[in-house]
Amino acid sequence: MATNKKRFMQGNEACAEGAFYAGCTFFAGYPITPSTEVMEISSSRLPKTGGVFIQMEDEIASICAITGASLGGRKSMTATSGPGFSLMQEGLGFACMAEVPIVIINVMRSGPSTGFPTGPSQSDVMQAKWGTHGDHPAIVLIPASVEEIFYETIRAFNLAEIYRTPVIVLYDEIIGHMREAVTIPQPGEVEVVNRVKPTCAPSEYKPYDTTLGDIAPLAAYGEGYRFHVTGLYHGADGFPTNNTKLIEEAGQRLVRKVEDNKERIWKNEEYFLDDAEIGIFAYGVSARSAKFAVRELRKKGIKAGLLRPLTIWPFPDSAVDALAERVKTIIVPEMNLGQIVHEVERVARGRCEVKGIFRVDTEPIKPAQIIEKILGNGPMPSAPVSPTDSNMSEMLIERDMLDG
Amino acid sequence: MSYRYELRFTGSGGQGIITAGIILAEAASIYDGKKAVQSQAYGPESRGGASRAEVIISDEDIDYPKATSIDAMLALTQEGYTKFHKDVKSGGIILIDSDEVKDVPRGDFKVYAFPIIATAANVLGKVITANIISLGLITELTKIVSHDAIEKAVLSRVPAAFLELNKKALHTGFEKGATLAPLS
Repeated sequence: MATNKKRFMQGNEACAEGAFYAGCTFFAGYPITPSTEVMEISSSRLPKTGGVFIQMEDEIASICAITGASLGGRKSMTATSGPGFSLMQEGLGFACMAEVPIVIINVMRSGPSTGFPTGPSQSDVMQAKWGTHGDHPAIVLIPASVEEIFYETIRAFNLAEIYRTPVIVLYDEIIGHMREAVTIPQPGEVEVVNRVKPTCAPSEYKPYDTTLGDIAPLAAYGEGYRFHVTGLYHGADGFPTNNTKLIEEAGQRLVRKVEDNKERIWKNEEYFLDDAEIGIFAYGVSARSAKFAVRELRKKGIKAGLLRPLTIWPFPDSAVDALAERVKTIIVPEMNLGQIVHEVERVARGRCEVKGIFRVDTEPIKPAQIIEKILGNGPMPSAPVSPTDSNMSEMLIERDMLDG
Repeated sequence: MSYRYELRFTGSGGQGIITAGIILAEAASIYDGKKAVQSQAYGPESRGGASRAEVIISDEDIDYPKATSIDAMLALTQEGYTKFHKDVKSGGIILIDSDEVKDVPRGDFKVYAFPIIATAANVLGKVITANIISLGLITELTKIVSHDAIEKAVLSRVPAAFLELNKKALHTGFEKGATLAPLS
């Protein structure tokens, strides 16, 4: 049970603890490395505390089950990794469209396809935003430590409840399987938000009635409120509509309810940015490498600083905008072949250099790579590769975004 | 003056390498009140394949969670030793299983050799205790955690039926480590 005792735990364990703290009482999933521990812990804890755990036949069923459970009034989540996350995309779109609060944990591993199951990666950052089709809202949180996974999982549930929308927590295998000390707060110490429920009579209830705001109260099935839920565009009563005006309004509103509130959803950490001439924009485990690099560079008198988003979607435009205004260069290290670097370039609009450091050999980006990129001009030398080091080879993929 | 102490344990899957890393990090973090991060790299197999655990211990927050310049390394297999000893820093120490690691390259580090797995099998009667004997040896050789902390951490992580066995394994490591001299 939750006590204020410091515990040494794994990232995936902190995720499950965060979910329980936030009031999650329903988990449906299909096991997959490197997220399985979230499911294992849920399977042993939820049934003992009045919750429900179901191992589903696959990930499509899993996301559908948690969407249904959430409509039944339970805070619900699933946990998966790349291949499972791909399967969940249709259900994710349905939950966006039907405006159902759910939380999806995606512990990123090397892909595409089954890739390298135990190998870390940060290559689902764009999929988390654009994986499901159609214009849709996306809230994606990206913690960088075991303790932060605990708190960001709570925040994910809160945001899902507030905005009536799916929230994704993305972290890489390193953070998911890493262990650090976490002090679990007592109930009440951290804010937990519950969805707004209707106060009108069941006969008056319209699940998508937005006359009072973009986010309508959500009734729970089983409490006397009968309503229709569909992935088709629908009117205030939830039934499908062909009315083009209603379709446009609903489509605009879906995206707007997150877009208009992005200042409330954004969360960034700034590290030595005040006088920085070189900014590093990094997330997840790569941000930990960047912090190490910033400290070493500062010792050499180089004014480097770090901007680290904890919310990767909606993209932190204003923080990157301010950074691009005052630094000469922004370095973007990511464990993929260049994804978020394009968002940084979009916001920077040519006001500063934007350079990526990319790595896909399932090893983290080393602080030395970032330091050398900043100190040296031109391509940095690759680490020596031993011919026998097949799976641990120090293959380094690096590209200068402006020259490239 | 702040410090960052890095350890890497290598072996093959199923030897309890990652468990040893967790126990050491927990000893430092929970029982000695230091900061610690434990991470791991392993293959898809549940047995066999190269396995490694890394532990960083510091008096301040640890950002980069992986080893950069290793203070102490454990190698229970030749593969682990050959592949990873180059990251050990000047003056660092390496503990090897003397039966498993036969090809011992020279370097600017101290190599300690002990028949860890044979001791686990023949003295303790359970080969699975090799990781706990290793923890005793590493604790004695590095002094990075206290005897009290590592013992509490070991006992909190093993099944009740095996408390005495593991305690004995740990103390065997302490005793052997106290008199072990580096290879010249």
